Amino acid sequence: MPRQTFVLNGKTVTLNVHDDVRVLWVLRDLLGVTGPKYGCGINVCKACTSHVNGRAFNPCSVRVGDLKKTDEVTTIEGLADTVAGDLHPMQQAWLDRDVAQCGYCQPGQIMAAVALVRKVRRERRSITDADLDGIRNICRCGTYTRIREAIEQGARRM
Amino acid sequence: MTEVTPRRWATMPRDLDTAPAGIARRSFLGYVVAGTTLVAAADLGLGAPDAAASAPGVPQPAELYDLNDMLTEAAMPTANLITVTVHEDGTASFALPRMEVGQGITTSTAMLIAEELELPVEKVRVTLADARPELLFNQLTGGSNTTISTYTPIRVAAAVAKSALLEAAAIQLGDAVETLRAKAGVISAPGGARLSYGELARAAARRTPRAVQVQLKDPSAFRVVGVGRPRVDARDAVTGRKKYATDMQVKGALPTMVCRAPTLNGTPKRLRNRKRILAMPGVRNVAVVDTGVAVRARTFGQCIDAIRAMKVDWEDGPVAGLSDADIVDELRAAELPLPALTDSLSDLLADNPLAQTVEVDTLFYFRSNSAMDTNSAIADVRPGRATIWAGLKSPITAQERIAQELGMSVDAVTVHVVQAGGSFGRRLFFDGALEAAKISQAMGKPVKLMWHRADDARVGRGHPMATSRVRAVHAGGQVLAFQQTHTSVETDFRHGLGEVITATAASLPTGLGNLGFSETVFELTQEVPYDFGVISQTLTETDDRFNTGSMRNIYSPDVRAAGELTVDELAAAMGQDPYEFRRANLRNARVVAVLDAVAKAGRWGRAMPHGTAQGIAIHKEYKGCSACLVEIDNRPRQTGRDIRDGVGGPRVTKVVFAIDVGLVVNPRGLEAQMQGGINDGIALALTSSMHLRDGHFLEASWDNYFYTRQWNTPPEVEVIVMPSESGQPGGAGEAGVAATFAAVACAYARATGATPAYFPVNHRDPLEFKPKPYVPPVPQSPTNGLKLTY
Ligand code: FES
Ligand code: FES
Repeated sequence: MPRQTFVLNGKTVTLNVHDDVRVLWVLRDLLGVTGPKYGCGINVCKACTSHVNGRAFNPCSVRVGDLKKTDEVTTIEGLADTVAGDLHPMQQAWLDRDVAQCGYCQPGQIMAAVALVRKVRRERRSITDADLDGIRNICRCGTYTRIREAIEQGARRM
Repeated sequence: MTEVTPRRWATMPRDLDTAPAGIARRSFLGYVVAGTTLVAAADLGLGAPDAAASAPGVPQPAELYDLNDMLTEAAMPTANLITVTVHEDGTASFALPRMEVGQGITTSTAMLIAEELELPVEKVRVTLADARPELLFNQLTGGSNTTISTYTPIRVAAAVAKSALLEAAAIQLGDAVETLRAKAGVISAPGGARLSYGELARAAARRTPRAVQVQLKDPSAFRVVGVGRPRVDARDAVTGRKKYATDMQVKGALPTMVCRAPTLNGTPKRLRNRKRILAMPGVRNVAVVDTGVAVRARTFGQCIDAIRAMKVDWEDGPVAGLSDADIVDELRAAELPLPALTDSLSDLLADNPLAQTVEVDTLFYFRSNSAMDTNSAIADVRPGRATIWAGLKSPITAQERIAQELGMSVDAVTVHVVQAGGSFGRRLFFDGALEAAKISQAMGKPVKLMWHRADDARVGRGHPMATSRVRAVHAGGQVLAFQQTHTSVETDFRHGLGEVITATAASLPTGLGNLGFSETVFELTQEVPYDFGVISQTLTETDDRFNTGSMRNIYSPDVRAAGELTVDELAAAMGQDPYEFRRANLRNARVVAVLDAVAKAGRWGRAMPHGTAQGIAIHKEYKGCSACLVEIDNRPRQTGRDIRDGVGGPRVTKVVFAIDVGLVVNPRGLEAQMQGGINDGIALALTSSMHLRDGHFLEASWDNYFYTRQWNTPPEVEVIVMPSESGQPGGAGEAGVAATFAAVACAYARATGATPAYFPVNHRDPLEFKPKPYVPPVPQSPTNGLKLTY
């Protein structure tokens, strides 16, 4: 079985698994990193949203063999370590707005929100209603109103 | 968003028909039970409501005695204890015999304990109790009943704990109990001496049980209850630490999935290529069970690969070959004629040229209550014993059914209740837990079963297709009759709620005892709170071949949407404004108050551009009432939006929602539940449904089943939590759905100039997606994710 190596939440991990196993299963089933959630497995629900090299990606739709040794994967578990302090400002905003209901979609929502803020920063603009409307992460508990409020707060502090 | 401040509460209209809590200063009996540390207990049966019903002048059963009274009373005969334990580290813990699925009951329970025990909320730990068969009916989470039925017993147990701590402190400090003060987990004496709860926990413990008489705090003295606070599990949720069933690590419980039939509820005859499947990478075990062919592998990805490679012969399911239109025909055939009008009304219609009839006939398609966290469970079945971990709202029934299925005694089966990622009524059932148990037994291995999203969407449960017909008669500006008949594919209540009903049916108010389960639930939840003369509502159910259940708010969203559309038609027929007409005809002051609140905050009647409209609706249920005002934009710039893998359609641009649930434990949590319910109501009206085609449902994932998304959600949402003098809390988990659905339906009708004949309004549009195949039953995961980063 091929050996796979990549960087996960700041640490290099190596394990044996077939190339075509999707990263989501490598994280959840083999490494026990369960922050990224399964919600569809076909890149439509966005519950598994994590970061690769600082950008949002959906590990259910990436073969582990396609990751390079130096690729840095960050899951919700590693998000706070990318900043000083206990929590990332987006996580804090989520607490302040008390966004989560069942909480299942929220790791993905937060990772998507952080990537969205970084993206609009790269484009030298701030978040618009159209950006918020364009977020594809589904929340079956319907927490959208507070998600929108939290993103605006989190963006101000990022 | 409306922050609830004391000032706002004070200026809101008062609760008019619920008397201030008569029970507030009654004393209650609790117990200090044996333990090495302080364990205080109360009988869960204390949750029964006061005998006095709250509504005056009563034409309908639901007003006198509703589903919640029944659920609460069903708990009465079982003398069963719930316990609050105070630990030496100064914390208190409590195992809640209910299920947390996002509705916030662990938080509100911690608040109740903190209030009576005088301990900071952060120091109260609430966990979910394992299945406790001795609780009988009292471990069912449903009907938005948790707070209603546990409000008193939990407070009694906490008050007993406080009194035991005070007594222990009095002995140690040499002061009289009355002179001591308990606050924030510390007891202080007049002289300044202090002892923490942690220091007293052992001293307050007893080796033999003792009964204790306690009085509860008067609600006017509440400092924690009624003040909004964040969820107790919020930090775990945002850091990824919160664990759901599939996140748990149980030794040997490898990923397991099931290959299912190409027709709904079809069954496997045989797996033709077992050898080849067993040879696939990662695959460990294969077993044919009654629901399909199960595979256990190193990863879920390898389960998916195996399912896609399986060659299975199937027996067709019971609806093979049928499509939506067939079921619509069946419902139409099952519809009973509307009840005959009384002779005097018929005469009036015949003689009085001004007497008129308004008729509304609405069809509601199948809808799914698939949650984000799919049906899943861990099962470890060994010879002679079994252990199950799953998100279960009726764990006792699950335990009994699983034991029966496995051929074991009930006490050989341990059922652990795990937090779940949403329920919406689905986790009243235990489809995943039962299936996992069978698979584990067949394979002789522990399994972590997860339903693929495609299974959860297609084979999971949902809201049955239904029709609702309303006929109203009016003359001279008065409504003389309002008759509604609801006809539905059967709603499955075989999860324990049924047992509750069986057990209590005989003691129900006159005339209800002989009704079936569905009729009983219908009778106990539905009411028309208007002064509409002769009112009747009836239910007919037919066809038990579908996987259905009590989807969030059961019958109310559909019944109320049809009802409120009729109210709008009546207003129009009489040339009256929809808001003023409702106001003039409502029988209940609390409902008028919520209606006024949304009309004012939402500026009812403001000028709106052509193609946009306001809608307004009310709902009364679960000892509370609600009103919703929405604005909808049906202009081409909204309806013409092109959304990849989704639908745009008309946009609800604004929602103002007012809720009166009686006593509010956590206003922030209540507001969150309303916000969620609002998105459900919008989905039911505009976008979410299942298409039955050739014996199966087409929708297999979130790019087919269009629950409300960010591009559909209203940019402006205001929730008004009404103040209440009531000493009784009401239900919250479902209360946001019905009024929203009805208001959106009314707004859409006004924007388009026609009352819709069916919901959701996009159901008969050309499909917005390419249906995924039935064989293989699950789609393969894409591989292009690295090209789609942002
Ligand atoms: S599981 Fe990855 S997008 Fe749904
Ligand atoms: S919080 Fe439950 S799915 Fe989003």
